[in-house]
Amino acid sequence: MTRAIRFAPLAVLLLVIVALVWRLATPVDTNVSSKLEGRPLPVFALPAAVPPKPALSSTELATGQPRIVNIFASWCVPCIGEVKVLQQLKARGVPIDGIAVRDRPEDVAAFLANNGDPYERIGSDVRSQVQIALGSSGVPESFIVDGRGVIRYQHIGPIEGGDVPMILNKLEQSR
Amino acid sequence: MRSVLISLALLAAQPLLADSNLPPAYWANRQLPDPGEEARAQALMQELRCLVCQGQSIADSDAELAGDMRDLVRRRIAAGEPPAAIRAWLVERYGTWISYKPTAEPAAWPLWLAPLALLAAGLFLIRRRIRMKARA
Repeated sequence: MTRAIRFAPLAVLLLVIVALVWRLATPVDTNVSSKLEGRPLPVFALPAAVPPKPALSSTELATGQPRIVNIFASWCVPCIGEVKVLQQLKARGVPIDGIAVRDRPEDVAAFLANNGDPYERIGSDVRSQVQIALGSSGVPESFIVDGRGVIRYQHIGPIEGGDVPMILNKLEQSR
Repeated sequence: MRSVLISLALLAAQPLLADSNLPPAYWANRQLPDPGEEARAQALMQELRCLVCQGQSIADSDAELAGDMRDLVRRRIAAGEPPAAIRAWLVERYGTWISYKPTAEPAAWPLWLAPLALLAAGLFLIRRRIRMKARA
């Protein structure tokens, strides 16, 4: 009995080492996903980010066909690369709307002029209120909204070239 | 030579700021005029987790999104919404992840049971010691 107890600290140490190695090998996923997948869009109405391009409100998103709502910002570096992929999706007939977070009209206009403009409408979310209402935790993020205005998929981080088939598939499933 | 060039290039480099050009939201760093409301907002903000600096509460974080969340909390408190409703609204969006307040969910049971288990183990050890001493 007492002999076995002598090895207890060693056993505890081994357990700690195993736990640490396991955590190093499989890092925690620090992304916070929105719990609104499968639920209707929260109600919002944002002013236009770059007039005369139309503003964005939740009631206009249930258009009968799935669309992408892209949360972006002119000050967000990964968003620059993402615009090119959004252009590809637009060329394939995917309707895309934007929400510009904490942005100024002149900055959004410059961003679109420099990188391209895949957006049909862009709402300006100056205090991140719609971003928070959507359960989004950063830029860029994209939501696939079906024809009835229900959120079907949340994409955290930029949509990259390799994600296009998956996104098209998700859009097809949301039909 | 090469290292000198790299050092010079680094001197000229600008830090890449992942922050916007807008000032903080109005109520991000401003107390509510009503002390009672501000106290309620503070208590809630201490228990809400920042989405950017994930180890900090939104009351402590300097992240812009935390500022916007403080703005949201203060506006809603000022509008008369109870703190529990604001917390529930955020949990609906981000899950219990967003709240530091421990819940009674099964995942949190070890947290509630640990003090009792440790106390029981301590009492057991003390009892054994006393008995051994009595025998000696």
